[in-house]
Amino acid sequence: MATDHVPTPPPLHDLPTAKEKRYDRQLRLWGASGQVALEEAHILLINNGSGVTGIEALKNLVLPGVGEFSILDSAIVGEEDLGVNFFLEDESLGKFRAEETVRLLEELNPDVKGHAITEPLESFIQKDGNLKPFTLLLVAAPIDYASLRKIRDLALASQTPLFYTHCIGFFSHFSVQLPPAFPVVDTHPDPTATQDLRLLKPWPELQDFAKRMSDGLETMAQHDLGHIPYVCLLLHYIEKFRSQHGKLPESYKDKTAVRDMVRAEGKDEENFEEAYAAVLKSLTPPTIPSAVRDVLSAPETQNLTSVSSSFWMIANAIQQFVTKYSVLPLPGAVPDMKARSNDYITLQQIYKTKARADCAEVTASVRSLAKSTNRSTKLEIPANEIENFCKNAAHIHLVRGRPLQLITPGEKPSFGDRAKALRSELTNPESLIGLYLAFLAFDDFTATHIPPVPAHPSSPSGVLVPGASDSTLEADTAKLTATAHTYLDALIDESGNRLEDPEYSDLKAEIEKYCTEIARAGGAELHNMASLTGGLVSQEIIKVVTGQYVGVDNVCLVEGVASRMGTLKV
Amino acid sequence: MAAVMAPNAPVMNGHGSGRAKWKHLDTLLSRPGAYTDPEAFVPGEVPIASLDNARILVIGAGGLGCEILKNLALSGFKNIDVIDMDTIDVSNLNRQFLFRAKDVGNAKATVAAEFVMKRVPGCQITPYVGKIQDKDEDYYMQFNVVICGLDSIEARRWINATLVGMVDMDNPDSLKPLIDGGTEGFKGQSRVILPTMTSCIECQLDMHAPRAAVPLCTLATIPRQPQHCIEWAHIIKWEEERKDIVLDTDDPAHITWLYEKALGRAKEFNIEGVTYSMTQGVVKNIIPAIASTNAIIAASCCNEAFKLVTSAAPCIGMPGTNNYMQYTGDAGVYTFTFEAERKEDCPVCGNLPKDLSIDPEQTLEALVESLAERPESQLKKPNVSTGQKSLYYSSPASLEEQTRPNLKRKLKELLDDGEEMAVTDPAFAIAFRYKVRFR
Repeated sequence: MATDHVPTPPPLHDLPTAKEKRYDRQLRLWGASGQVALEEAHILLINNGSGVTGIEALKNLVLPGVGEFSILDSAIVGEEDLGVNFFLEDESLGKFRAEETVRLLEELNPDVKGHAITEPLESFIQKDGNLKPFTLLLVAAPIDYASLRKIRDLALASQTPLFYTHCIGFFSHFSVQLPPAFPVVDTHPDPTATQDLRLLKPWPELQDFAKRMSDGLETMAQHDLGHIPYVCLLLHYIEKFRSQHGKLPESYKDKTAVRDMVRAEGKDEENFEEAYAAVLKSLTPPTIPSAVRDVLSAPETQNLTSVSSSFWMIANAIQQFVTKYSVLPLPGAVPDMKARSNDYITLQQIYKTKARADCAEVTASVRSLAKSTNRSTKLEIPANEIENFCKNAAHIHLVRGRPLQLITPGEKPSFGDRAKALRSELTNPESLIGLYLAFLAFDDFTATHIPPVPAHPSSPSGVLVPGASDSTLEADTAKLTATAHTYLDALIDESGNRLEDPEYSDLKAEIEKYCTEIARAGGAELHNMASLTGGLVSQEIIKVVTGQYVGVDNVCLVEGVASRMGTLKV
Repeated sequence: MAAVMAPNAPVMNGHGSGRAKWKHLDTLLSRPGAYTDPEAFVPGEVPIASLDNARILVIGAGGLGCEILKNLALSGFKNIDVIDMDTIDVSNLNRQFLFRAKDVGNAKATVAAEFVMKRVPGCQITPYVGKIQDKDEDYYMQFNVVICGLDSIEARRWINATLVGMVDMDNPDSLKPLIDGGTEGFKGQSRVILPTMTSCIECQLDMHAPRAAVPLCTLATIPRQPQHCIEWAHIIKWEEERKDIVLDTDDPAHITWLYEKALGRAKEFNIEGVTYSMTQGVVKNIIPAIASTNAIIAASCCNEAFKLVTSAAPCIGMPGTNNYMQYTGDAGVYTFTFEAERKEDCPVCGNLPKDLSIDPEQTLEALVESLAERPESQLKKPNVSTGQKSLYYSSPASLEEQTRPNLKRKLKELLDDGEEMAVTDPAFAIAFRYKVRFR
């Protein structure tokens, strides 16, 4: 501590608490509301196989303070676990893996509670309500396929988010099953993408202010000229353009004309530079992104009930606002710009006041909707939630969750309404769809092969993976490849769009390589890949649990040889 | 490649019972893969011996470093050194998982090394608490691979220049592959550098441009944002009122002082939004950091190290191939893996001076200031000279005083069009060569 003798200042109301200090670096991302959501979550890991990926994911959830976690795993710690799983130690040998990993994960954060479930998966999921306590399920392959199907269906019925992951050798994958409507309001868009200044649709207060600021611009002293906020400069030149051309500068050519006007009078002043740079992106009529239109016209928005979620209630109110004004409520943020302090603050106030007025109108609609739908007062929607929605209206995101794709062992898979879109992935050299097909084939392999008795102690669910022994490596590789090739053909057939050579043969060769590597690993996880995949999975779980940021929808693949990742929607 | 293969010492642990723990790893290493080069990869004991004998240096034992040490230990590496000068702070505990509340105040390198060695017996980790600049070339020469998990651009530039400078064309062992990871919030990157053979950190410096500073006159006379008020308290007010006290940004009393000053100024100008947390963020230049991104980037770095040493699959970073993976996780999951290219005029690994277009009417002072901001130089304390004369030296004080009058002179009085100018900075062992071009 420094030894200065300045008297200690009086206590301040917002000094950080011990918890805020610990979580400072993440609170700067997802804020207090995200943290509360995380602390209310209870994650269940259904662990199988070498089981490292799920543990690494939990590590990254325990550290930021997830509420509770449970690990369902009936395996006994074997020596081979110690070389790949960091949350086991020599003394763990012979004990339940679930109990040992829970114990060592709990050490990471005293605020987090962990539970071990050592009951075999097959019996655990037969009991009604056993999955009820959990906010989110994470399942690691290889898993007994009938159990996976059961878990998937239970999660679908209860609308519990489900993650399913593979990590084998240098490759990994995870799929996300979200409820049919999963809305995100806090998407955290890039700040430069969120600017909405309404320069082509100014309201009277803004126009008056701009007029006042730019009055006598031609004869103004250089110092004053250099401090006109660029927003006012642009409004001035837009007005000038309109008086000359009788229209707003909406086309590219018109905008460059405005830009030339700015340049002609600017003379090296910083605010003119700012105005010049902003012309092309700021002179756009306010539009409503198609993703937002989809939300506003969604059946859930249109058909409100007394128990509709707040998201749909506010969406309906926003839809009313859009019908009336053809624009979304004003977000109200103003970027920093060269200006005198009081001018900037006045300008900021003009935007804030308008944003508040828009929000008040939306709020009034929400309140009247609550009445007309006979909503219980217990379900009253907080004002700050409406305000937040209005602020982010242009960037809200709705995920239409889809069921986890499961194959039927021994049969061709169906890609349904995604077949055409997935077919177009086949000709995209960056796509990792071939790897996805290889993992589907892996599941078919485990579902159709019964392990020799007695099963290995660490795979009590009785799952045999390709490449488990040297003697069958070659045969397993061939089987896996043949299945993946069948799946490729099934996709092409279903899309009704043939794939010609050389693309077809190249893709088959690529898939063969994926399958060769998967069989080579014999079901083994490499710690690096498990840690990387656990990192991705935990990141996506945090997004789902906090309801913030745009998540993977709905498949992510990691190719650790070329160091690439990619996503698919199946 | 030869430079990274560990010497072929006798295999200490054959496929005996001693390796039961490494069953998963050994399965993969004992079989050829779909991408392995049969010349470089002999399945079985050879890659295992490479792991046993390789010596890895990890720079940084923070968010990335903790992950890297764990990953290397569980990838079968046995000899690891780690350097970090920092001590553990409570705000590290949300991601630096080798540390507990009781460790706060202790050296990161030591605590991290001890934890991993205890958890993974048989892995030797030697910590060094101090600066990378404390060590000389002989020290760095011992390692087969260097992995950086740093938050400082300066430290990266120093180790990069050092490793490039160590390369001796007659001694393949002098080429030390450098694997570098970095994160910020949900984003990050991992890259592999073969010094002198592929694009180095200095070649890629302009991809990490510094944030534009707020002009001093804005802070002093026309603040508009809460951050302006905080910077005013930090840069101007502290100097005015507490000149004799060294600002310690880790001292809550100091932050509170700045916070109150900033709050007062914000009130005066009707600016909203100054908070304690924002004050801390601005003053300490805090970058958000989370466990998940660190895990992803650290694992990517270690995956490359593992492939490099074992040849179990091709690693990125070979000449003419991709060497840089950019990761974005805030909207879906996205990577862009590409080949960052070498620059012939790189001040560290290139041979040519860089063209520098200047206004001959500008003062030397303006040029010196611009060197701090230019994305490709980022030199805060530059010393500027030409073949004949010293134009300006930021240090030592005596030289500074002697050369200071030049700052006010116009560049055309000091330089000729087409003349070569050297710029150095005591923070880096690099001489930037510029060829001056008058505008």
